[in-house]
Amino acid sequence: MTSGPTKIHVQRVSKAFGADGRSAPALVDVELEVAEREFLCILGPSGCGKSTLLNIVAGFIQPTSGAVLVDGAPVRGPGAERGVVFQEYVLFPWLTVAGNVEFGLVLKGVAAAERRRTVARYLELVGLGAHAEKFPVQLSGGMKQRVAIARALANNPAIILMDEPFGALDAQTREVLQEELSRIQRVEHKTILFITHSIREAVYLADRVLVMTSAPGRIKQVFPIKLPEVRDRFAPEFTEYESAITRTVKEEVAKVHE
Amino acid sequence: MTRALALAAALAVWTLIVYGNARLGFMNPVLLPTPWAVAEVGVATAQSGELARHVLTSLTRVAEGFGLAALAALALGILAGLCVPLRHMVEPVIEFVRPIPPLAFLPMFLVWFGLGEASKVAFIGYTTFFPMFIAVAASVLTVDVMLLRAAASLGASRADLIRRVILPAAMPGIIVALRVGFGLALFVIVGAEFMGADAGLGHLIMEGRTFFNPAQIVMGALVLGILGSLINALLLAAERRLVRARP
Repeated sequence: MTSGPTKIHVQRVSKAFGADGRSAPALVDVELEVAEREFLCILGPSGCGKSTLLNIVAGFIQPTSGAVLVDGAPVRGPGAERGVVFQEYVLFPWLTVAGNVEFGLVLKGVAAAERRRTVARYLELVGLGAHAEKFPVQLSGGMKQRVAIARALANNPAIILMDEPFGALDAQTREVLQEELSRIQRVEHKTILFITHSIREAVYLADRVLVMTSAPGRIKQVFPIKLPEVRDRFAPEFTEYESAITRTVKEEVAKVHE
Repeated sequence: MTRALALAAALAVWTLIVYGNARLGFMNPVLLPTPWAVAEVGVATAQSGELARHVLTSLTRVAEGFGLAALAALALGILAGLCVPLRHMVEPVIEFVRPIPPLAFLPMFLVWFGLGEASKVAFIGYTTFFPMFIAVAASVLTVDVMLLRAAASLGASRADLIRRVILPAAMPGIIVALRVGFGLALFVIVGAEFMGADAGLGHLIMEGRTFFNPAQIVMGALVLGILGSLINALLLAAERRLVRARP
């Protein structure tokens, strides 16, 4: 899946925080190309700048130097062609599930009948067909994240950026949602940038796994995952990838503790 | 049930104190009206139509003063919440004026607007504006930046963000601000009506003092209490309907 044209080009991006914009480097010279329809997972120790990288691609923050190009055009701010799924769901609490999912469509001025069809389709896709009229406060964490995924998909962005989307969920819900996301991706074919702490999650979902160094974040190593589309977490090849990536990540985690 | 019992108990304690005092001669019994005396004055004032006139007068003043202040506080509060330079300009002035007890300015309002309705309405407007303005601006200002990010990445423009995210997200805070403002208006109307008014519950109470009728004073106070809790219950119910499911 990594052979398509470049969708996202992260061009020598550096980011430093602090009052002078220099004192606290978070990312250093990150160079990265994500192909159209590719599922790229980014792994790294806490505080390595993975979320910073995602926020820059989303257009929420500006890089100190370098640029992000989407289809060759520089990113200047957030936009509808780059959907975002956050760890804390960030649903609009005053809107129903359906109201949340159709939010982007309302902004685009899509007619009500078509909105209803799209909402129904994506709620069905994430298994929430029966919950359209509920409010976010009435949902479990897993259900909220399904709504957030449906909201991103219904807006039909070419790119979806996911910032540890399953990080706040319990282990069972997490695996179920990984399976659903993998199934959805086989239907929707988005270009996905997915941040995670979980190596198993990365190997399960990704076409490529990118491991970052401890802070300040750089790209340490890229692992193409050559496994079938539908993956078996207990296959020997799966475990091999897992242990190879684990070794790489551990080196970086160890540095944090030195 | 518990509430009814508590109220009955309070009434019993009041009766006990009044009769105990009559026995022991702690103070002149004329100064301590019995619940019956208060009820009698209440019924008499209600039957003559006077009570309704006073209540209506006070409520009209509260509604007008609060209404004007609420409109101004909403418009300016939302603007100040959205626009940082405006906030920096307004903040020091407010911080200076706010600690002054509003009643300190009441004579000024009488000097400016005379003894008629205008002075009361303006005074209530002045009193309720600042707390409402501050609360409205704060609830606009504290809208979660993540909600803005979520909306922006779904394609929201600046105008969309204000209309579809900031306002609905700030709505619970705005409604609380209005409820607090309304309570405050009821609070200060009495003071405004103590001075130079010929109607209103504050006037009714002051009249009780002038004509030495303690039962009338207590009756006026109780009517204010009942009005206040009724209106608060109404506003709470409205709030619950407006702000449905919230985290």
